[in-house]
Amino acid sequence: MNPFRYERARDAAEASVLLGKTPAAMLLGGGTNLVDLMRLRVAKPEALIDVSRATSDRVELLPGGGLRLGAGMRNTDAAADKTLRARYPVLSQALLSGASGQIRNLATVAGNLLQRTRCVYFQDVSKPCNKREPASGCPAREGYHRNLSILGASDACIATHPSDMAVALMALDARVRIIGAGGERLVPLAELYRLPGDEPQRDTTLQHGDVITHVEIPPLEFAKRSRYRKVRDRASFAFALVSVAGALDIRDGMVRDVRLALGGVAHMPWRARIAEEALRGRPAREDTFREAAAAELRAAQPLRDNAFKVPLAQRSIVRTLLELSAEP
Amino acid sequence: MDVEVALHVNGTPQRLTVDTRTSLLDLLRERLGITGPKKGCDHGQCGACTVLLDGRRVNACLALAVAHDGGNVITIEGLAENGDLHPLQNAFVEADALQCGYCTPGQICSAVAVLDEAAAGVPSYVTPPGASTVSLSDEEIRERLSGNLCRCGAYVNIVRAVRSVAP
Ligand SMILES: Cc1cc2nc3c(=O)[nH]c(=O)nc-3n(C[C@H](O)[C@H](O)[C@H](O)COP(=O)(O)OP(=O)(O)OC[C@H]3O[C@@H](n4cnc5c(N)ncnc54)[C@H](O)[C@@H]3O)c2cc1C
Ligand code: FES
Ligand code: FES
Repeated sequence: MNPFRYERARDAAEASVLLGKTPAAMLLGGGTNLVDLMRLRVAKPEALIDVSRATSDRVELLPGGGLRLGAGMRNTDAAADKTLRARYPVLSQALLSGASGQIRNLATVAGNLLQRTRCVYFQDVSKPCNKREPASGCPAREGYHRNLSILGASDACIATHPSDMAVALMALDARVRIIGAGGERLVPLAELYRLPGDEPQRDTTLQHGDVITHVEIPPLEFAKRSRYRKVRDRASFAFALVSVAGALDIRDGMVRDVRLALGGVAHMPWRARIAEEALRGRPAREDTFREAAAAELRAAQPLRDNAFKVPLAQRSIVRTLLELSAEP
Repeated sequence: MDVEVALHVNGTPQRLTVDTRTSLLDLLRERLGITGPKKGCDHGQCGACTVLLDGRRVNACLALAVAHDGGNVITIEGLAENGDLHPLQNAFVEADALQCGYCTPGQICSAVAVLDEAAAGVPSYVTPPGASTVSLSDEEIRERLSGNLCRCGAYVNIVRAVRSVAP
């Protein structure tokens, strides 16, 4: 690990100013991803600015019925919050499906959103990687890629985003509140994350100096009927090969409304808008679910060793919707 | 770059000067000679380094010591009270829940926290949505201890040991 200076920020505004002063400074949450990447020499910050206690660590009710999570809230506490569990079970389940009890006790909400890809080439500095070192190449296309993207990838990068929580938040239309050089702003998750294109080094649209202070979730009455389904190589403590966050509103046997997002398939949590469109106003039946899932995956461009994800994603969507429609 | 860190470790106040890069695990093992917590992977993947930090289980390998200045740390060495082993330590012996023993300090610290988490109603991925209490079934124990790997595969008896202590 390279040497670094450690500073503790009093609040997010101070953290933003401190970042502004040192171009090679990085924010530290629980450190469960960043410390690992520093040890692997993938990340080489000159300074760490600890924000784990500089932002809220609580869930608050928003006027109008939404919720907001403090960026410094530990994953365990967010998942256990009673209001959050009752209103957005999909979010609690997604958090609990991630990592281990020990890691969730350290991991913060903001850190979880901004964790980096688990592509093996990104984590190995002896190999080329366009995300880690722009224009150095991408061995994953020909090499090990069974865990990587089937949707929205580019020639430069086929990395997947590893966060489970972000998939649930994407389905829930969450937004992040940010303090940066230009003041405060709210950014929808769909605009925070990006597809790799020819700038795979950028996971998000954040600028240096931006500090996430909260995640805000709008009210969604029918999200009380929502769930997270995660498929992985072992029963627990593994990243998703494919995951589905879903919420379903059925009236008189018809789909009134639905939210669907996929994990493990793209550079960002993948909102399944094509499937959602294909479901609204249609009978809540398995054949409709199958058609919708197939429509979403039509654009998939799988590689040699990850083609299994296409049917897996389709079946996981169908299964999630079936389970949701069977809920009382 | 050196910084000063103050910690309570197994009830004893400690004040040390450490490099900012020092993990809590290296501080415990290399500076204080507390070698119960093990370095299995140094990446958060095995749980051998599990300790209780301010009452919660964490991977000491991923925690920077400087970031937890002022913290209260309990390791396997600090679980016994007045010379009596913690009930989970006894249960591991009774159930023969180990083979080489390398993962055991982490397993036991993790399990101690699991009992507290379950008592507080903290859900796991296998807890039925909406349940406000948690009962530690075998399925719950397996899920909650999945961050502690055992290369010897003593899992069956580890689950048995934890269940024997669970309320
Ligand atoms: C063995 C292992 C297994 C795992 N399995 C899973 C899994 O199955 N599913 C899953 O979702 N995750 C998994 N994880 C990842 C884990 O969830 C993340 O490491 C964790 O959520 C990161 O949170 P943190 O607070 O520790 O972030 P840190 O490591 O402290 O930071 C991560 C990034 O966020 C930035 N950051 C932190 N706070 C802020 C802020 N307020 N504003 C702006 N930027 C900020 C940091 O600069 C850094 O770039 C696993 C991790 C490990 C080690
Ligand atoms: S040594 Fe910390 S988890 Fe393996
Ligand atoms: S007893 Fe040997 S690793 Fe668990």
